[in-house]
Amino acid sequence: MMKRDDCLKVLAQYHTDQIVVAAYQAAQEWLVIKPNELNYTAIGAMGQASSHALGFAVGLPNKRVLVLDGDGSLLMNLGSLVTIANEAPKNFIHFLCENGSYEANGGHPIPGAGVVSFADIAKAAGYPRCYEFSDLEVFESEIGRILLEEGPVFVDLKVERGERYPVDYENLHSAERRRAFKAALDALK
Amino acid sequence: MVSTGTLQGSAIVEAIKLSGIEFVLALPDITTSQGVLLPITQDPSLRLIRIAKEDEGVSICAALSLCDKRSVLLMQNTGLLDSINSVRGTAVEFKMPVCMIVGLLSKEPGVAPMESDRYGVRITEPILDAMGVEHHLIEQPQDVAKIGPAIDKAYDTSSPVVLLIGRRLDQE
Repeated sequence: MMKRDDCLKVLAQYHTDQIVVAAYQAAQEWLVIKPNELNYTAIGAMGQASSHALGFAVGLPNKRVLVLDGDGSLLMNLGSLVTIANEAPKNFIHFLCENGSYEANGGHPIPGAGVVSFADIAKAAGYPRCYEFSDLEVFESEIGRILLEEGPVFVDLKVERGERYPVDYENLHSAERRRAFKAALDALK
Repeated sequence: MVSTGTLQGSAIVEAIKLSGIEFVLALPDITTSQGVLLPITQDPSLRLIRIAKEDEGVSICAALSLCDKRSVLLMQNTGLLDSINSVRGTAVEFKMPVCMIVGLLSKEPGVAPMESDRYGVRITEPILDAMGVEHHLIEQPQDVAKIGPAIDKAYDTSSPVVLLIGRRLDQE
């Protein structure tokens, strides 16, 4: 089992100019670990991170898009795996922070915690490349190569909470953050 | 009620294309299946993305708008009801231009939606009103003229709009 923030710190070392669509706890931590105007956190409804990311991936096919999803979130939008696989965006990498619980809502377990294989579900949905990591050193040795792979790619990170980070949903959902993101997209033109 | 002829799905498709729509997110809806979705599948100027659940489409439309790409979400009113939380969060609270074309399942032609015998049809407009979401009924041929301005307004004001299709459209 890895600490989630340790995984995100490793990812941050390899992240360059990709759009990052992040949900809930991973979003709170990513905004601190890798602040960037191309971070998008305006998910609007639980489970929708992967669908927003698909919109960016098809709207900006030359820009790579990373999703930092949660397992409870993904369970609310499992069909998106099929939609994404069917569209097969080459610029799409789907990270799942699998902690087995609804951490933002009291820490209750997700149904199927520790039993369900999200990587197997993604594979069956049609993601051509799926990975699982539970060892930080192994993840660190592989992530640079994975980020260059043709998407859609699914990366299941078996994590638990590490350090505590500020929980600030006002910031996550702020109009100012959305305006900054839009300005950053416009600057790409 | 004034009517000259019957509403044609091809006129709806033409109207959305004239409005600059590039992407259509869709789940099949029996009201629009043959008259609107089928011609879209055959139109190379529109990119169709088949979705598994309607709220995916709300999110995809919102993200596309930030990429300066116009899109519509084609679905049934049952799908709209299932997507209320995404419409609430993304389209209303985050003020995103999500344009939805919604078939009113089994609405009786010529009957106002709120006077329909169908419960799901009858509650659709009041729910949109409660959410503050602009909506227009597209049932007569002349209603097609509402589509372009409604889509333009949605993008100009960054707000959602729902175009309610009031009669079943057949293949032409």
